[in-house]
Amino acid sequence: MKNHSFKIVVTFLSTVLLFSGCKDNDDTPLAEVSPSFSFTHNWDGVPIQNADYETTTYVNEHGETLTLSKLMYLISDITFTDAQGNSFSAGDYNLIDAREGVNLSFTPDVVIQEGTYNVSFTFGFDDEDNAGDYPDLNTADGGVWIVPMMLGGGYHYMKLEGKYLNTQTVPESQVGFAYHAIRANDNSTSPITLQDTSFTVDLGDVAIGEGTNIEIQMNVAEWFKNPHTWNLYELFSMLMPNFNAQILMSENGAGGVFSRGN
Amino acid sequence: MLKNGIYGILILVAAACMGDDTQTYTATPAELDIPPFFESSILPPEIPRDNPLTVEGIALGKALFYDPILSANNTQSCASCHLQSGSFSDPNQFSVGIDGSIGTRNSMPLFNLAWNRRGPFFWDGRAATLEDQIFEPITNPIEMANTWSNAVAALQNSGTYPDLFDAAFGSTTIDSVKVSKAIAQFVRTLISGNSKFDRYLNGVEDLSPAEERGMNIFLDETRGDCFHCHGNPMNPLWTDNRFHNNGLDEFFTDRGLGAVTGDPRDDGLFRTPSLRNLAFTAPYMHDGRFNTLDEVIDHYSNGLVYSETVSPLLKKIAEGGVQLSSEEKADLKAFLLSLSDPSFTTDSEYQPN
Repeated sequence: MKNHSFKIVVTFLSTVLLFSGCKDNDDTPLAEVSPSFSFTHNWDGVPIQNADYETTTYVNEHGETLTLSKLMYLISDITFTDAQGNSFSAGDYNLIDAREGVNLSFTPDVVIQEGTYNVSFTFGFDDEDNAGDYPDLNTADGGVWIVPMMLGGGYHYMKLEGKYLNTQTVPESQVGFAYHAIRANDNSTSPITLQDTSFTVDLGDVAIGEGTNIEIQMNVAEWFKNPHTWNLYELFSMLMPNFNAQILMSENGAGGVFSRGN
Repeated sequence: MLKNGIYGILILVAAACMGDDTQTYTATPAELDIPPFFESSILPPEIPRDNPLTVEGIALGKALFYDPILSANNTQSCASCHLQSGSFSDPNQFSVGIDGSIGTRNSMPLFNLAWNRRGPFFWDGRAATLEDQIFEPITNPIEMANTWSNAVAALQNSGTYPDLFDAAFGSTTIDSVKVSKAIAQFVRTLISGNSKFDRYLNGVEDLSPAEERGMNIFLDETRGDCFHCHGNPMNPLWTDNRFHNNGLDEFFTDRGLGAVTGDPRDDGLFRTPSLRNLAFTAPYMHDGRFNTLDEVIDHYSNGLVYSETVSPLLKKIAEGGVQLSSEEKADLKAFLLSLSDPSFTTDSEYQPN
């Protein structure tokens, strides 16, 4: 992911800024810090815990009653931008397994001076990162986090799975859904048409000091809500090769799924 | 690739932590023979720090694997139910124990288990590690039906094993932990990576048109959609090593993972088997209910049954499955068979000395 030269630049800039900080009136250098992140998940404000998977029912904006069984997602390129527009990012990534509680804490490999920064991250991988080859992600999720080449290759951004109650059958039936977010692709064209559907999440300005932890909240209900009301009867599965569905997912994701807590 | 230097450090650390009788531990570090594509595409195996691979340990493990001395009446070895010709599985639906007892699950094949990095093992995940897995059959009353004290005594009183254990572990004193460690070392060397599809990936062999069409069906979410559990060409394991309910039954006589965890959400879930070596691993499924690969494909095409814990990935369960045409089924089968590796089932390295 990215390259070492970028990290060197970050380190160099950090060092320069650190020494610049030494020229303050009181000659007290600003501390170097590595802020951490934690990831929490809720349905319109109600926390989602392990025990809720496959048991707690939720109602989405369109009215379907559903349960969740899996929630894994990838975030990358956490970036700190200071008031002067200088950006700091290690360019690393974190794959969260919400149900299993894996990687719910993450500290990017970047050191910055304490201060106020705009904090942002990328949901999924942008095209540059998605072109990389990462043995850990090739192995992740039992080796099935990869996206087949016929769907454009790269990696999943998110796997949100569960079942919804189909009330249109007699008797009513549970139907699995697989809300899998990847790069939008259309392999009916030659060459395959690809569109980067990762998006940047802006967490706003954050005062960062020693021991700062930033909570990133995911409101799962928002994936089905805004700006597109998601109809699971029509869009429950086979979404990976569905170019338009990937666009809708991306727009819903950018529409307010993520927010900063604490 | 695991390096000699790393092994050397681990062995030195292990030796430093062992008792007086192991201070002369001089086993020779060994490396797994990892196919290049495995090395470049996925994370390396995690070898337990307390059981590094050694030449002597692997040799001992192989001797034990093939020796009926571990069973109560000296009639069965590990290889009795894990035949190399069957990719180290059993062609019988259920394996037969030393007294004629019949098991309830099909013997899992043994290959590439070194990459089941975090475990667990068995169809139901009841063993956390490979070493733990090896502990069980020896004392299982419907398998080798022995006691560890008997098994260890038999080994200790044999003319050859004390020296083999001394070479592997630096002590002639035998115990159950060393037995399981040695067999685990041997099992970790069972690596299958020379199928026709592997050679295709390496650019030395072409797929047939049917195999290529079958691969596209396998990877197509609107048709086979097999890849969400069995992986894709970038992952040579062809399993996610996770647990799923794949729509076999409406009600469970075997709770699988659920019986281990006690969590009803895990009822009817079993570990995904690898699709490698399907040409040799019939019958299929945890209970060996399908005798042929055609039956397996028919199951996913139109035989799925709903139950509460069924995987959401089985999207067309209301229709019974993905409804492949007969031509698509034939192509998918051709692709699946391209993942079989005949050289693995005849490799003399894995045969008894």
